[in-house]
Amino acid sequence: MNHNIYIYILIMALTTYLIRVLPLTLIRKEIKNKTIRAFLYYVPYVTLSVMTFPAILTATESIYSAAAALAVGILSAWFGRSLFQVSILSCLTVFIVEMIIL
Amino acid sequence: MNNKNSYWLKKGITNGIPIALGYFAVSFTLGIAAKNAGLTAFQAALASITNHASAGEFAGFTIIAALGTYLEIMVMTLIINARYFLMSCSLSQKFDKNMPFFHRFIFGLFVTDEIFGLAVSVPEKLNPMYIYGMVLVASPGWTLGTYLGVVFGNILPASIVSALSVGLYGMFLAIIIPPARKNRLIAGIVAISMAVSCLFAYAPVVKSIASGTRIIILTILISLGAAILFPIEEDK
Repeated sequence: MNHNIYIYILIMALTTYLIRVLPLTLIRKEIKNKTIRAFLYYVPYVTLSVMTFPAILTATESIYSAAAALAVGILSAWFGRSLFQVSILSCLTVFIVEMIIL
Repeated sequence: MNNKNSYWLKKGITNGIPIALGYFAVSFTLGIAAKNAGLTAFQAALASITNHASAGEFAGFTIIAALGTYLEIMVMTLIINARYFLMSCSLSQKFDKNMPFFHRFIFGLFVTDEIFGLAVSVPEKLNPMYIYGMVLVASPGWTLGTYLGVVFGNILPASIVSALSVGLYGMFLAIIIPPARKNRLIAGIVAISMAVSCLFAYAPVVKSIASGTRIIILTILISLGAAILFPIEEDK
């Protein structure tokens, strides 16, 4: 099969646009079905969890720095750091751990 | 422009600045992911300006890197960005009946977690200028960050790139962990998702499933299972 990056991007853009614009234009009533509402509500948590773990462990130069970043990320998010802070703290952890062990 | 419109435009721009800064940092690491997937800076910026979706774009880049099929990237985008469907439904309730209809087609490009969050927190009906104000600063932050992520991902030393590679995962954790702390059900769903994901990544036979396909399958199965077991009551 042919792999054109612009076609990939076009498909992503069209799909994302339709997801957002259809409810704004056509479906203007609230979704009542409890199961569908629950499904849409749970999807981000499941998908972000699945994407983060175990992929984060192989994202850096060493599994130890990645595991440390995961721990710091979870703890700092748990204790209410902002999105930006959690992200930066995870990066700093990798940098420091790799400076020590590599 | 009348007073009300300029008030909301200014308010949108002011509130958009912290969003833009956060976007910039996150999309910079997204740019590094795009670079690793083989995209040029222009292509990555194009993906960002047409999608405005961190997890969705990241997942898309994963598929591109793995030379997945066009169908795969469509299904993946559909699943990962499905939450915007719910947000748009809810945002739709905030519009004044007299608001010109064409605004809805433009807003369709910009329903992100952050913009949605601020837009629905307005107590009265929504002035379109508020969204435009936020978009005016947030969208360039997102797009420029992605572009520079690809460019500087090539120049920065390996140690910095390695460190920045977890930035996006850090952001994902910042989204899922705080609700998990407050809600046991979410905590359980997060824990089960990670455990099953790990199992699928390393267990014999199932580990041969491509990571993009794995994300799609597990997202549908686990979310559906949770939705059937724990449906959501009306006013949540």
